[in-house]
Amino acid sequence: MMPTAIPNAPSAAHEVWVYLSSSPLLWLTLTLIAYQGAYALYRRSNFNPLLNPVALSVIVIVATLKLSDTPYQLYFDGAQFVHFLLGPAVVALAIPLYAQFEHLRRDALGIVVALLAGAVTAVVTTIGVAWALGASDTTLRSLVPKSITAPIAMGISEKLGGAPSLTAVLVIATGIIGAVCAKYILNALKISDHAVRGFSVGVAAHGIGTARAFQVSEQAGAFAGLAMGLHGLIAAIGMPLLLLLWPR
Amino acid sequence: MLAAFTLLLVFQTIGEVLARVLALPVPGPVIGMALLFAWLTIRRGPSGELRSTATQLLSHLSLLFIPAGVGVMLHFERLRSEWLPISAALLISTTATIAVSAWVLNKLKRKTPAP
Repeated sequence: MMPTAIPNAPSAAHEVWVYLSSSPLLWLTLTLIAYQGAYALYRRSNFNPLLNPVALSVIVIVATLKLSDTPYQLYFDGAQFVHFLLGPAVVALAIPLYAQFEHLRRDALGIVVALLAGAVTAVVTTIGVAWALGASDTTLRSLVPKSITAPIAMGISEKLGGAPSLTAVLVIATGIIGAVCAKYILNALKISDHAVRGFSVGVAAHGIGTARAFQVSEQAGAFAGLAMGLHGLIAAIGMPLLLLLWPR
Repeated sequence: MLAAFTLLLVFQTIGEVLARVLALPVPGPVIGMALLFAWLTIRRGPSGELRSTATQLLSHLSLLFIPAGVGVMLHFERLRSEWLPISAALLISTTATIAVSAWVLNKLKRKTPAP
């Protein structure tokens, strides 16, 4: 037994904090509140891509964890319930894909060629720029699958000799950059077709780009989801072949 | 909603099992997506319930990336020492990939509207 038989205010508060900060409840709740707050701000700005809700939420949560001296593992114990839903969400992409199937079939050849062009651009420019600016070997290997959806990218990173948890962060940063910049790049190229806009964002910026595309239209979202899935597929098969040119 | 969510989990489970049994390089959920797509083709479309559950789940897709994104706090040191190559590679490569894939698809896509 603790010597303080009568609980006084500071120790009671401390006890509550010890309970809350070590149970999954607090960190799951914080994740949902941070996201909804960020999303409300994003909506109020009329979906200004610069106020990306993933980026805002991550900043708020990281600041909270740093200030309360909470390790990431403890946070993830709670947040994993949200993380888990990524799996069923990927399965659910079949539904918008089915709805757009006729459009997809008409442009199958264009889609395959554009996907390959995008995939090669992603890998060559990533390795080229990072290598030219002196990135370390682990960073380079972790960067290669940055445009691939997180679960596939982490597997590829491990095969290539990168750090999978670093890859997850780089993948999310890529998604945020793609979601923020896409509108400006595509407007500059004068591309107005929602299918093309969605597709290119899905190739470059996977699920976060797809989430952004769904906010624009279902057609953009379905093409983005398709691009994300196909890019993941060809990367899972093709990227490990880089090891032949670039052994660990 | 419950039945539709269960269906998604069932397809994910089948995908995970196939990925392991056949040692496929593609993660289980992606295989689950392909199988559900095949199922929808056979059934000629989703039920209203499945459609609304999928729409709800996908409308907050960005939320699901936050827990992994917070993992950035484990890598501050590397990001600080290599911020230039990392940020330049991410920025240049992501914008170039969007531009190239959009330009190519725009050139090759049929211009006539869908019937």
